[in-house]
Amino acid sequence: MQLLISNGHLIDPAENQNSGKNLLIEDGKVAAWLGPNESVPDDAEVFDASGLIVAPGFIDMHVHLREPGQEHKETIASGCAAAVAGGWTSVCPMPNTNPINDNAAITRYMIEQAERAGLANVFPIGAITKSSDGAELAEMGEMKAAGAVAVSDDGRPVPNAGIMRRAMQYARDFDLPVIDHCEDKSLSSGGVMHEGRISLLLGLKGMPALAEDIDAVRDIILAKDTGAHIHIAHVSTMGAIEAVRRAKNEGINVTCEVTPHHFTLTDKAVEGYDTNTKMAPPLRSQEHLEAILAGIKDGTIDVIATDHAPHHADEKSLEYDRAPFGITGLETAVGLAFNELVHKGLIDLVRLVELCSTNPARIFKLTGRGSLTPGSVADVTIIDPDLVWTYKNSDSRSKSKNSPFDSRQFTGASVATIVGGRMVYRRQEKSILVDHPRTTPATIAGVVI
Amino acid sequence: MTFDSGIRNPQSATRNLLEKPFRRRDLLGIRDLTAAEIIGILDTAENFSEISTREVKKVPALRGKTVINLFFEASTRTRTSFELAAKRLSADAVNISVSSSSVSKGETLLDTAMNLDAMAPDCIVVRHSSAGVPHQLAKVSKAAIVNAGDGANEHPTQALLDAMTIREHKKQIDGLEVAIVGDILHSRVARSNIHLLTKMGAKVRVAGPGTLVPEDFRHLVENGLEVCTHVEDAIEGADVVMILRIQRERQDAAYFPSLREYSIHYGLTNERLDLARKDAIVLHPGPMNRGIEIASEVADSSRSLILDQVKYGVAVRMAVLYLATGGATVNG
Repeated sequence: MQLLISNGHLIDPAENQNSGKNLLIEDGKVAAWLGPNESVPDDAEVFDASGLIVAPGFIDMHVHLREPGQEHKETIASGCAAAVAGGWTSVCPMPNTNPINDNAAITRYMIEQAERAGLANVFPIGAITKSSDGAELAEMGEMKAAGAVAVSDDGRPVPNAGIMRRAMQYARDFDLPVIDHCEDKSLSSGGVMHEGRISLLLGLKGMPALAEDIDAVRDIILAKDTGAHIHIAHVSTMGAIEAVRRAKNEGINVTCEVTPHHFTLTDKAVEGYDTNTKMAPPLRSQEHLEAILAGIKDGTIDVIATDHAPHHADEKSLEYDRAPFGITGLETAVGLAFNELVHKGLIDLVRLVELCSTNPARIFKLTGRGSLTPGSVADVTIIDPDLVWTYKNSDSRSKSKNSPFDSRQFTGASVATIVGGRMVYRRQEKSILVDHPRTTPATIAGVVI
Repeated sequence: MTFDSGIRNPQSATRNLLEKPFRRRDLLGIRDLTAAEIIGILDTAENFSEISTREVKKVPALRGKTVINLFFEASTRTRTSFELAAKRLSADAVNISVSSSSVSKGETLLDTAMNLDAMAPDCIVVRHSSAGVPHQLAKVSKAAIVNAGDGANEHPTQALLDAMTIREHKKQIDGLEVAIVGDILHSRVARSNIHLLTKMGAKVRVAGPGTLVPEDFRHLVENGLEVCTHVEDAIEGADVVMILRIQRERQDAAYFPSLREYSIHYGLTNERLDLARKDAIVLHPGPMNRGIEIASEVADSSRSLILDQVKYGVAVRMAVLYLATGGATVNG
């Protein structure tokens, strides 16, 4: 079976590719790049990508799929359906499931559930410590053998520097990146939003930026000492970004990611006490947002990851103090990246693809992904930069609807998602700015609107 | 047939509240009000205050209206004050005390609110230990929501009764210097007062231990607020000294070493009060910890207006309930 993605603009930063090419897919792999005048197989299915961007499949390094254990919030199948609708061909779920993904059996189970769903690839992240209790190291080697791509205790960051140091020494031997949610809870405990003028104004307990700064600096010092690869999750403060910038200049093996909500919103969004503005790290103040944008522009920030954190409406319908942290993000990330980064001229499309595909694949060493060079896996994200659309929580494929971006209008969207050569998602709306005639591909699988 | 609603000129106040961009006339905080709206409420309250001095302390202004006092947090004075205010205006008042652990029984905050709302009250007066609960209820409730204190956010009727007390003794708020001393960080009384007093043209100085008076407080409002390191600097030359209650339970969080040390360094004694203007008045939202944040000789002196505050509290809440429930139509 051959699929030809014709007339698209192919962007593949790993290959310095940024021009019109036809992409031929065969048996789940990229078979060839063909110039406009090169002949194409007569019997291939054709997807006309005129006016569209064809990119290596986007990889979300940071999601919560809630399975096993909290299937009322999300399942691997529903999370993957949301992922492919948002343009993500691969997602990397954090281990804070119930039970915690701290052993190979859970890791394997997650991968099997993803295979059953048949939508996005799932590359689990294992726990650093057993039960993420911060005490004993989890079986990282076994989890890696089962398919884990990194280790993290995400929302329960290892508080003890001695154990974190040992975890890095151990993870290094297995070539596993250590991901840290940087938060010194002795400084942030009880807090529900960014500490600053707005938290004082609203009478909500603040989480100071320095709780993140201190932990990020600690991790960087430990990474320098151990030689391990530290990846700072959802970086949100000026101090942490500056620490990463300095560490990179020093040659320390550090990378970091940012979420779309942190490059879009500030703590002002909390006025009104909408619990869909509550997440950790919290929405920061304007100066931090500006530091994030500068970090995206100058390359300090390597990756855009959603921290997709579904919660049931009943849980979010509580007092602001008591509602759980986290918002969904898989289906709004590309729209937000276009609105806030691309259309504002901060980054170009090549850099967007780097942030969403090339770099995540490089950091997690996902062989054959993050590039469309012939021979690689045919995971493809197809984007219409001009499509005007409105996100609705009620339309979300996630089981949870806890997004603060309900009814927000975007210009730019993923319009088709191909995983392993199969088209698993295709958007119905057409660009209202450019009218592209498109043929309907025959190979449609999974959830399609 | 005519009746005396107790209102001499209700229009000035109600017009302003009606101009608020809300479906209902919620009172969620002072932060949302303009100076004109604040004056309108205070004028209405002044007109109502006379009712409580009558032999028969009741007017039919809110006859047929229902007020629910929904208290998720223990309170004696504020709840009694709201209840009396409703009853003196002939509203039917129902008091509900909800354990904040009701969520553990499976009911969310919004379930509770919507169940009450289904019984068609005209106004829900809500107190809760979490900031923002009145705002969350206002989004789903058809009844007017009046904030009776939400976490560390606001306590608007307390600030209004403080303002009424100040107005009665100082004639006007504009131009006054007001010191607020104590646990500013956790105080909804301080926040509401800072908003109200600065909107009305007063200069406010806050002071207390550095752990309870964050530097960022300087930026809370655009004008008229100063953060002082020393209590003496705040009190010096003040027309009004407002003392906040020290919540003993905060001791566990170690914001200061001991009550003894607090009383020595931050308590309002006669010596510290002597730094204020000779005619300075002292306010305290109660209940007082005598000998800790305020010395008994200050609390019991003629400069202390703590019982006046309680008295005006009823009048202010009558005005707020009246305006919130659309009582403006009584005379109209």
